[in-house]
Order: sequence, then C-alpha cells, then structure tokens
Amino acid sequence: MMQEKTVNHKAWFLVLPVLVLVAFSAVIPLMTVVNYSVQDSFGNNQFFWAGLEWFREMLAEERMWDALARQMAFSAIILAIEVPLGIFVALNMPKRGFWTSFCLVVMSLPLLVPWNVVGTIWQIFGRVDIGLLGYTLDALGIEYNYTQNVIDAWVTVIVMDVWHWTSLVALLAYAGLQSIPDAYYQAAKIDQASRWKVFRYIELPKMAGVLMIAILLRFMDSFMIYTEPFVVTGGGPGNATTFLSIDLVKMALGQFDLGPAAAFSIMYFLVILLISWVFYTVMTNLDKREGN
Amino acid sequence: MEWMAWTWPTAAFFGVIAALLITFTVLAVRYPETPRHGVLGIETTRGDRLFITLLGSAFINLAWLAIVGAHQPYAMLVCLLYAAAVFRWV
Repeated sequence: MMQEKTVNHKAWFLVLPVLVLVAFSAVIPLMTVVNYSVQDSFGNNQFFWAGLEWFREMLAEERMWDALARQMAFSAIILAIEVPLGIFVALNMPKRGFWTSFCLVVMSLPLLVPWNVVGTIWQIFGRVDIGLLGYTLDALGIEYNYTQNVIDAWVTVIVMDVWHWTSLVALLAYAGLQSIPDAYYQAAKIDQASRWKVFRYIELPKMAGVLMIAILLRFMDSFMIYTEPFVVTGGGPGNATTFLSIDLVKMALGQFDLGPAAAFSIMYFLVILLISWVFYTVMTNLDKREGN
Repeated sequence: MEWMAWTWPTAAFFGVIAALLITFTVLAVRYPETPRHGVLGIETTRGDRLFITLLGSAFINLAWLAIVGAHQPYAMLVCLLYAAAVFRWV
C-alpha cells in the first residue's frame, strides 16, 4: 500500500545552517555588488550616487557585448564537442571487469587537476620551443602559435577544456547507461533493433536525466571560465580570448572601476540565472515525465 | 555595515524583494496549492511565477534602459503588466 507523504515544516530548520552559509558567501556579497553598481566610488571608501549611469554605460559598451559573444561561442563549442564525445566514450567503455575500474580511474584523473595547473600544463605543452604539442606541430611544418594567432589560441583553449572536462560528461553518461536493465537490450534484440535504434530509443532516453545535469554543469562552468584561459593566453592575442569573467576582473581589479564592473556583474549574473533556470525547468520536467 | 555601501534606494529594493519572499512563503504555508500547467507548458506554483516575474522584470528594465534610455519608471509599468500576465497565464 502506498503511504501518504507527511508534510512537516520543522524540516526547514535542518536547512537553516546552509541558508546562513549561503547568506554569507553569496547573498551579502551580491547585495554589496548591487550597492556598488549604483554608486561611483573613490579612494578612502567614498561613495557617490550614480543611479543607473553604469548600467547605461555598460549596455552601450561594445566591449561587454563582444565578451558576451565570445563567451556564448565558447560555451556552445565546448558543449557541442564534449557532450557527443562524452557519450561516445561512455558507450565504448567496458561494462564490467577489471578494465571498467581502470577506465573510471583514468578518466577521473583530469578532473582532479586544479584549474591553474591545467592552464600551466597547456601553456607549456603548446610552446613551440619546449612544449611537446607545439614542437611536434612545428616539426610537421604546421604553423602554430597560440600567443599570436587567434585561431590557434581558440583551438588551444577549447582542446584544453575538452581534455579537462569530457571525462565528467563520460562518467555521468556511463552512470546513466549502467542503470539500464539488461531486459531492455534483450527486448531490443528480439525485435532485431539496429545499434542506432537501441541508442535512440533505449540508451538516450534513459541517459536524458544525467545528460541534462552534465550539460548544466558544463554550461555553468564554461560560462564562468576564468583561470585556464587566463593562464594560457591571458585573454589574448588582443582580446580574442577575453571571456566575460576575464574582462570583468580586468575592469574591477585592473582598472578598479567598481561601479561599471558591478553593473557588468549583475547583468552577467542575470544571464546565468536565466539560462540555468531554463535548464533546471527542462530537467525537472524530464524527471516528471520519466516518473509517469 | 558601512563596507556594504548601502543607499536608500538599494535598501528599499531589497526590502521589497524580502517582503515579497516572506509574503509568498506565508501564502504557500497557509494556503497550499496544486501546481498548474500554463502557456509555457511547465508546472508552476505561485513561487515559480514570482521568480519568473522578478527575473523577467530585470530584463525588461535593462531592455528599457538600452532601447528607450529615459523615463525609467515607465519600465516598471511594463513590468506590472508582465507580472499580471505571468500570474494569469503561466
């Protein structure tokens, strides 16, 4: 017999510690940013009311739109590569036995490397004089210089992200695949379903939930990316790899324009909030459909 | 609190949001509701509709600032219309 779920609002007290923590780590800093965004600040902690001036200025600034366009392009490219590649890797991983554990451990290794170390690894790896990748490409007669050529810089940053994070998608997709009972495959075999049909009608729908989580995580992470491109290209050549957070840090800490940077952050935050909400809504609706 | 550089308008802004959140929490506890399907085809409760309203209002204000660039308070009128539409149809 199904038991009725009891509603007990006392459970809310259990989330109180988290709320306090989030208040200190997110809500209070965010409020401060909002306060900064409507004021002009001078040394000695002097603030003057500026109203919506910074928002007006930032909205008219091509610099922010360019950084946003680069950011969107970057996130779209890495999602377009990492998600199919991750699924492909997961589909080809051994299902049981020693090699399963081996693959899982090897795949988790890149995930354990800190961002700035990944940046440093690729910065050296791509150098033509001492780096394996740069040296090899040079020896093959391919011109490659990520510090001066825009395409090379983009390729390096994208390949670096793919190297770092495809395993996450693969591991999540693998977990989704593992949860499919054998009966589904047996039924497909009886119906003489092709490999593609097994993927399309059994594996993909069963993976949909975890894949949405993977896409959400990869999108958020790539949309906020800072350390890796900063270490490898420093946002260059020119502004070619200056993504939103790199531009924001330049503005806030390099130029110390707190007001415009705060206005910029709020708009950045709103875009992330909107896209995350869309992903979240799609995800919860998928879950509900699966539940029915 | 001085380091947070508070101003009256920002304090009022957060005050309104806090008041809205408290009101909707009290409403949700006092008068539980069943989620409904609106024009977006997703299940929404009052709280969801408030979130959609607030987020949308932020974008309406930014769009007004970028396109019209003056008479910002009128953007709030658009937001109110938007809020009414969200609570009615979403």
